Amino acid sequence: MTDTTGPHPGRSRSLFAQLELDLRLLGMIGAFAVICVLFNILTGGNFLTPRNLFNLTIQTVSVAIMATGMVFVIVTRHIDLAVGSLLATCSAVMAMTQTAWAVDLLGLPLGSPALAWIAILAGLLTGAVIGGFQGWLVGYLSIPAFIVTLGGLLVWRNVAWYLTNGQTIGPLNETFQLFGGINGTLGATWSWIFGILASVAAVLALFASRRAKLRHDFPVKPMWAEGAVAAIFVIAIMGFIAILNAYTIPARVLARQFEARGLAVPEGFTASYGLPISVLLLIAVAVVMTVIARKTRFGRYVFATGGNPDAAELSGINTRLLTVKVFALMGVLVGIAGLVASSRLTFHSNDIGTLDELRVIAAAVIGGTALAGGIGTIYGAILGALIMQSLQSGMAMVGVDAPLQNIVVGSVLVAAVLIDIIYRRRVGG
Amino acid sequence: MAEDIDRSGTPLVEMRDISIAFGGVQAVDRVSIDVFPGEVVGLLGHNGAGKSTLIKILAGAYKADSGEILINGQKVDIRSPADARTHHIETIYQTLALADNLDASANLFLGREIVGAFGLVDDSAMEAETRKIMARLNPNFRKFSVPVSALSGGQRQSVAIARAVYFNAKIVIMDEPTAALGVHETEMVADLIKELKSQGLGIFLISHDTREMMDLCDRVSVMKNGALVGTERVEDVTEDDILSMIILGKNPKREAA
Ligand SMILES: Nc1ncnc2c1ncn2[C@@H]1O[C@H](COP(=O)(O)OP(=O)(O)O)[C@@H](O)[C@H]1O
Ligand SMILES: [Mg+2]
Repeated sequence: MTDTTGPHPGRSRSLFAQLELDLRLLGMIGAFAVICVLFNILTGGNFLTPRNLFNLTIQTVSVAIMATGMVFVIVTRHIDLAVGSLLATCSAVMAMTQTAWAVDLLGLPLGSPALAWIAILAGLLTGAVIGGFQGWLVGYLSIPAFIVTLGGLLVWRNVAWYLTNGQTIGPLNETFQLFGGINGTLGATWSWIFGILASVAAVLALFASRRAKLRHDFPVKPMWAEGAVAAIFVIAIMGFIAILNAYTIPARVLARQFEARGLAVPEGFTASYGLPISVLLLIAVAVVMTVIARKTRFGRYVFATGGNPDAAELSGINTRLLTVKVFALMGVLVGIAGLVASSRLTFHSNDIGTLDELRVIAAAVIGGTALAGGIGTIYGAILGALIMQSLQSGMAMVGVDAPLQNIVVGSVLVAAVLIDIIYRRRVGG
Repeated sequence: MAEDIDRSGTPLVEMRDISIAFGGVQAVDRVSIDVFPGEVVGLLGHNGAGKSTLIKILAGAYKADSGEILINGQKVDIRSPADARTHHIETIYQTLALADNLDASANLFLGREIVGAFGLVDDSAMEAETRKIMARLNPNFRKFSVPVSALSGGQRQSVAIARAVYFNAKIVIMDEPTAALGVHETEMVADLIKELKSQGLGIFLISHDTREMMDLCDRVSVMKNGALVGTERVEDVTEDDILSMIILGKNPKREAA
């Protein structure tokens, strides 16, 4: 038995190979760049403005958060069609908790920050329980996930309707609204500080993984390549912060804010929105989900079960319980997305999250999650969500009417999967 | 092959009067088999004879309707693959039970990952251990950081066998371990079986290749339609005797005697 295709450490490798960059990731970033440049030309330079990029990021957050959970669901060979409706139920629970239930029950004054936190807790719990229940139907009662969540799509949308009696609930608590995007941002200074901390963390993580490899005498990248990757990370992070900080609060909004405190805007004063708290939330979700996927037993079992359910079971993995956990985790993420979505609107409405299941599944799939199971990445799903949102926003800006927008998005989804299939065939993975 | 196996003591594993039915099919019908330390016991029989089902009961994948399992003379209750593992029973399946999308070390440690600080899996440590054991079992193995789907059948089987060896198996079950392999790779697996045997493990081996079984096994148990036809020491029988046990369901020599 001899290996003829193993790596040959002695031979010179291509620049790409030395950098060990992920081709799929590069492809997606490339696609995103093409979309941005194209729309920038079509809109006469209005697409690549700090303001539009700021809006693009906050519009992406809710779907991106759910897409990270959908990766696990699809990797384990399931699907969740109920996320959009479950989002409505979670949002309804959070809205009712902060405007009525907790107010009556605990006697807290409306607008008290504690209400926001209680509401958020209730929303996440709702997501976890309903998600877990759907997972139990799938895992223990062996009802296909497609059917369970197709039912859920109808059920939870209308449970939400009953919870609010079909009413729009708002305005939501001010503390709650901090998670919506423009109503809660870090400002320039804290955004820079966050950028620096994130850069340091990224570089430390890179070198920690290098040290771990060296400790076991595994091959590592040459030092220059490691440095280049670190530099790319730092530039990307700081560039992102710089763009967000470049979006300054319009003069009239500033005037209103100062007026509220009985002050006048000083001459020449400007302020930046900076990093939205909702984006911070997405980054936290992305980091936690990536760690879960790559570094925990649970994550390992999710991928093993997707790759070969029988092998997973014979290795002593409780795949039924795993299914419950995966759907419960999906539910929690739907709860977080509901928080972001409703607070961005500043109210809960009956149709919140409508069609989100399709956006979320599309984001995961465009991001390289294989419907056959076993393959998918968290960063891919987030990039997928960003690509979808930039397409949609760009077309809206150009003035493409809604029906055509949907036709384009639908076609892009199918084309993306086709490209993915061809790519996998080529690299044999 | 059948040198001096000491069968005077208690067997390493004894399966007694095992039965299991699926719906109306009596897949295994009051079968008893045993294996001693350092012994290879072959299971032979046509497709559907019940061989895989019988050993899956020992591996914890199925629960017998009746019968009992003894390990070193002690009655044990095996309800899950995890239970089997705690009794140091490792199984190498016909279908190469590996997760194709994971690499060799993730598969080797599947369900028993090495965890470091905060309970996070320590991939480097697992890969280092995998490299060590593969250096012993299959020195040519190089593909440590690719999914096992990129491996040949033999390489995959060596990962499965490494799993058994690494976790100090006392009892190894191999269900047609060479069915998917070429000649060269089959030889490698045969060598590995001899290696495990010399270390004092007890092995249940299922194969359709009667010649291979005569070569590797100390005893063979033949099954037909879920029932045990008989168990013979290989030095007492010819290949033809075994074939007639498989086909006719009886041993001509014993019939004659
Ligand atoms: N999970 C199952 N459900 C129903 N019938 C089964 C199952 N597993 C095995 N059988 C039946 O049990 C019998 C024995 O099968 P098996 O143990 O796979 O035979 P062998 O491994 O000797 O070829 C066959 O009739 C098979 O169809
Ligand atoms: Mg079989």
